[in-house]
Amino acid sequence: MDVLLNNLDIFVVGFRTTLVLFVWSALFSTVLGLIVGMMRVSPVPVMRGFGTFYVNLVRNTPLTLIFFFFAFGYPKLGLPEFSYTWLAIIALSLYTATYIAEVLRSGFNTVPLGQAEAARAIGLSFVPTMTRVVMPQAFRAVIPPFMSVLIALLKNTTIAAGFSVHEAGAIRAYASERGEPAMIVLLWVAFFFIVLVMILAYIQRRLEKRWKVAR
Amino acid sequence: MSTVLYDAPGPRARVRNRILAVVATLVVLGIVAFIVYQLFASGQFSAAKWELFRYTAVWRKIGSATVSTLSAFVVAAIGSLLLGLILSVGRASNHAWVRVPVTVFTEIFRAIPVLILMLIMYYGLPTVGLDFITPYTAVVTGLILYNGSVLAEVFRSGIESLPSGQAEAGYAIGMRKTGVMSVILYPQAIRAMLPVIISQLVVVLKDTALGFIITFNELLYLAKFYGSQVTYGSPIIPSTIIFGSIYIGLCLLLAALAKWVEVRSRHSKKLPRDPGARDDLAAAETKAIAMQANQVGRG
Repeated sequence: MDVLLNNLDIFVVGFRTTLVLFVWSALFSTVLGLIVGMMRVSPVPVMRGFGTFYVNLVRNTPLTLIFFFFAFGYPKLGLPEFSYTWLAIIALSLYTATYIAEVLRSGFNTVPLGQAEAARAIGLSFVPTMTRVVMPQAFRAVIPPFMSVLIALLKNTTIAAGFSVHEAGAIRAYASERGEPAMIVLLWVAFFFIVLVMILAYIQRRLEKRWKVAR
Repeated sequence: MSTVLYDAPGPRARVRNRILAVVATLVVLGIVAFIVYQLFASGQFSAAKWELFRYTAVWRKIGSATVSTLSAFVVAAIGSLLLGLILSVGRASNHAWVRVPVTVFTEIFRAIPVLILMLIMYYGLPTVGLDFITPYTAVVTGLILYNGSVLAEVFRSGIESLPSGQAEAGYAIGMRKTGVMSVILYPQAIRAMLPVIISQLVVVLKDTALGFIITFNELLYLAKFYGSQVTYGSPIIPSTIIFGSIYIGLCLLLAALAKWVEVRSRHSKKLPRDPGARDDLAAAETKAIAMQANQVGRG
């Protein structure tokens, strides 16, 4: 307990940065994931191809490698400069977007084709078919895996610690400078992660219950 | 082709789709051209930056780094499969004193980020007297604990997805629980979950790259080393390109194997048909992530 209380400043700063990374990456990856996901289900084969290429390539790239590129390679390219925190957010967003795109795509796939056909048969045009029939059903199927992706994202933010971002994964390094025992510091970090993941899992369960698909 | 999202295109939609295709191609080509131009403009394609990678000794090193990445992967993969099996058996136990601790164990190790697990192994354990820990053992044990817990859930949900008649039939002909599990349930569950299991192994391979952060002497570590050789103009971008291609190539190979198994098992008659499932590999992986998180905090 003392280890935690004496170094509360390090812990607070660390987890605050983790949450900053988490929130911004969640936002950007959702936007990018929406775009890629829509490409993946679009009627244009070329767009589907680009979407598939992006998803397959980035999914099979270790996140550490993406971080590696943005932390060490990107600054050499003579492009606008970002802080390490923002480079980490870019890396996390690019990676997580592929998972979000897949969640959206499989969400649409859960809606039976007959639903849309029935909607078209009674004369609904594209927009009402989407907003009244397809989207409400797809949304329900998307919520639980979407939350799972966010939980994975939260855990992935720790990798930023290896690339000069002072977040929860880096707490050990800072606490060690003060001579704190690494084991206890790390167990506290792990404990807080379990708590954060539990909170997200709780929200997930609540949403799941509320939007349960009744078929 | 008609889908949930759009009907079969008519003449007007076909024209519009063609225009969209051209626009999308131009946008993507534009992005790619911009990246290549920036690489070119910042001198990344100059011969001097690639000079370093003309030496046989360098490539021999790259070979041995690939081997150490792969050996960490193989050991971690086998270890997590075994741990996953043991944990899933423990979780299915009828005795609460086995079931409850095993459940808590899986839930906890799925909630802790793998990197934190590796840090605990590498920086934490030596401080409590276990000073034989090398970066390699830290990477491997971290991966085994995390992926073993995830795979335990995969096995469990594979068993739960089987019709209950399977186990009942086993008991009805007088088999004991051990027999029902090992002869009836597990073979079917593993078969059904094989694509998910292999895509989890892709995760193991990707996560060996985390070893870079705890100074494990693997591909990325070497990439950083060669990338910062000042005498060769700090070729960090060429080095990222080379080492990145090796890593991505390995992962793609494994993913292709998963895809192949998945396609094969879809045509197999030995698996129960699931009419609602339009699974492919990506969906399987999404399912795997969903499972990683679903049970957390429920135990």
